[in-house]
Amino acid sequence: MSTTTLAPTRRSFDYKTFLANNGALVGLVVLCIALVIATPDFLTGQNLLNIGIQVSTVAVLAFGMTFVIVAGGIDLSVGAVAALSAMASGWFFVSAGLPGWMALAGGLVVGLLAGVINGAANAYGKLPSFIATLAMLSVARGLTLVISDGRPIKTAPEVSFLGGNIGPVPMPIVILVLAALVASFILNRTVLGRSMYAVGGNAEAARLSGLPVKRIIVTVFALAGLFAALAGLLLAGRLDSAQPQAAAGYELDAIAAVVIGGASLSGGLGKISGTFIGALVLVVIRNGLNLLNVSSFWQQVVIGLVIALAVGADVLRRKTRNS
Amino acid sequence: MTVKPLITLQNVTKTFGQVTVIQDVTVSVYPGQVQVLLGENGAGKSTLIKMVAGVYQPDGGQILVDGAVTSLPSTRAAEEHGIATIHQELNLVATMSVAENVMLGRMPTKLGMVDRKELRRQARAALALIGLEIDVDTPVGQLGIARQQLVEIAKALSINARVLILDEPTAALTRHETQALFAVMADLRQRGVGMLFISHHLDEIAEVGDTVTVIRDGHFIAEVPASTPEDELVKLMVGRSIEDQFPRRADETPALTEVLTVTNLTSAGHFDDISFTVRAGEVLGIAGLVGAGRTELIRAIAGADKYDTGSVTVRGAQLPKGDIQAAIRAGIGHVPEDRKGQGLVLDASVNDNLGYATLASSAKLGLADFTGQRRRAEAVAEKLRIRMHTIDQPIRSLSGGNQQKAVFGRWIIAASTVLLLDEPTRGVDVGAKVEIYELMNSITAAGGAIVMVSSELPEILGMSDRILVMRDGRLAGELSAADATQDTVMTLAARDVAAQR
Repeated sequence: MSTTTLAPTRRSFDYKTFLANNGALVGLVVLCIALVIATPDFLTGQNLLNIGIQVSTVAVLAFGMTFVIVAGGIDLSVGAVAALSAMASGWFFVSAGLPGWMALAGGLVVGLLAGVINGAANAYGKLPSFIATLAMLSVARGLTLVISDGRPIKTAPEVSFLGGNIGPVPMPIVILVLAALVASFILNRTVLGRSMYAVGGNAEAARLSGLPVKRIIVTVFALAGLFAALAGLLLAGRLDSAQPQAAAGYELDAIAAVVIGGASLSGGLGKISGTFIGALVLVVIRNGLNLLNVSSFWQQVVIGLVIALAVGADVLRRKTRNS
Repeated sequence: MTVKPLITLQNVTKTFGQVTVIQDVTVSVYPGQVQVLLGENGAGKSTLIKMVAGVYQPDGGQILVDGAVTSLPSTRAAEEHGIATIHQELNLVATMSVAENVMLGRMPTKLGMVDRKELRRQARAALALIGLEIDVDTPVGQLGIARQQLVEIAKALSINARVLILDEPTAALTRHETQALFAVMADLRQRGVGMLFISHHLDEIAEVGDTVTVIRDGHFIAEVPASTPEDELVKLMVGRSIEDQFPRRADETPALTEVLTVTNLTSAGHFDDISFTVRAGEVLGIAGLVGAGRTELIRAIAGADKYDTGSVTVRGAQLPKGDIQAAIRAGIGHVPEDRKGQGLVLDASVNDNLGYATLASSAKLGLADFTGQRRRAEAVAEKLRIRMHTIDQPIRSLSGGNQQKAVFGRWIIAASTVLLLDEPTRGVDVGAKVEIYELMNSITAAGGAIVMVSSELPEILGMSDRILVMRDGRLAGELSAADATQDTVMTLAARDVAAQR
């Protein structure tokens, strides 16, 4: 529209715009206030630490997923890769007899490799990311069962340390904060992060501008694999063992967190802070429903409605803003 | 005028939030007439059209259909009044057949199943209305843009449209296809269909229009006959007179340094044995019909596509095949044909879009150079006079001309010295066009070289120092700027073409 003669007048603080742009955050605050009123068990130190621990796994998975979704893809394999990485780490320690720190690093490398394969299949093999990672989901889960023969494996002390405490603070929360800072730094400050937005927004324009689109895609999936591995190790560390069915279905939580956080599944939009809030929304709802003794069956129904509501509101917001 | 208008927008006003985009504009469409809507990008043409089509409702003023005040709360309501819109982005389902597309939403059925025979019959009848002879079973996606457009017109007519809104229908058509469209329009006019026509090609106005409504910045400026001289129309539209539509200033003494050398370049099925050189300070125009292989050639030089044999050399150094990054390092900048699909990341900011080509090269240790990028972007936006609120607004919200300037700006920041331009002013209004031409002048004045592919002959003739003409993937000839005329270029471009059609 014409800009010179008919410019809009600016107002000091537009609370409507603020609400519209921070819907997930507002929802989270409202949710917390409601739970504080509804149950005295919500606002206790122990419960908040619980929430912190629970959110750490979902959020770390979802940070990796944010990279992929911003770059215009989807990664269905993160839950299975998390399980495989933890299981591999346990195997490195127990069966291969590697030192604990190498077992931990080995687990991360397995996640990274799975991600590289996903990315290569997408960028060079021309498989849609949905299909490539669906295949990886099955392969990784299958390998997890093969390695473990369907039984849990004890983790190295270094991995268990990830599930422990530093003083009063649970380690998963420390890791979560570090992972958020690193992910946010990558997305906001690095060439790689800025390129992800370009690739997700318009891959052809990015390519014609000289961005190495294929390499970027491989790196993006590799990062998702690495973050998945970290989440898997966090989960295993808490239990002191890698479970063959660990993190099953977590990819859907991760996607939901990213989308509630305001990212667009068509790519080019998304933030780590949004994803973090999205993960908190999911975990706080589950926690609150548990405290209120709502059955886990009904919890699923509620979570589904929340996802639909959050994304629906977002779509509506974009529509009104664009017209 | 004794004939009553089919539809009138009377003193309509439309605001979005605080922004008034249309203020007190009146425009009518009469039966059997072509009403031209003229204005720069962002003047409010599309908002007006959307009011006629029932997408927007006016905030002030009224809409009269057959003289009676009517509200058009939806596109459906507009259709019921016989108003149909042919959008720039066609509303066809590429994978479905011509017949299915024409009858979409009202497929004839028999016992609850689609009656294929009847479907074909009705579709053929609709196509016959505009004399379009194509197999109705062809998937629409396999037709060219021109024919897709005609299919959409046939569809509109088959639902008894009396008012046809044509939003830049000729933007993607060749001269030949445009003529075919105009023939259809002339026929519709005979049959009393009223048309609202939008085009950035001023020469088409006199050819096809009856009356011209000029709007500028959302205001009604004038209603003039379509026979009004072009420079008069431009003056009304832009609000000032544009001295020279093609301000090419070539160097007095052409430099002898060859900047870009293309030798025997061949890509099977696209182009064959192409050789040419471009010197510093020169604009080389490449003319030809759509499908002559011009875009494919440009893309191959830019490294966007691979080629089979031959070589591309920039300042003596041969470029590797299909390597965009190497081409950029050698100084090549590519302004692709499809701005929205290939040039820009529409949801990203103006700042980001200006910086993609230099994102990696300006970075330190993998960290993006934010302050430097913003400084460079602001400087270039100022230099190119990109009109925007802030450099952080999504580039989607800029007008076509300003978007295109941003694609140029990306390569200016990258200090590119060889610009490959593919339809550089497509969908760009007159004012911004001249600014883009001035930009080309400043690039060549600084010793840069430009290769420009364009389907607009006046642009090729007005801005090139030398002209290559391509036909069926081969070089059909080379003309100096002095020798080239529309006729000489078209003779080279179109020889034998009539036989193929």
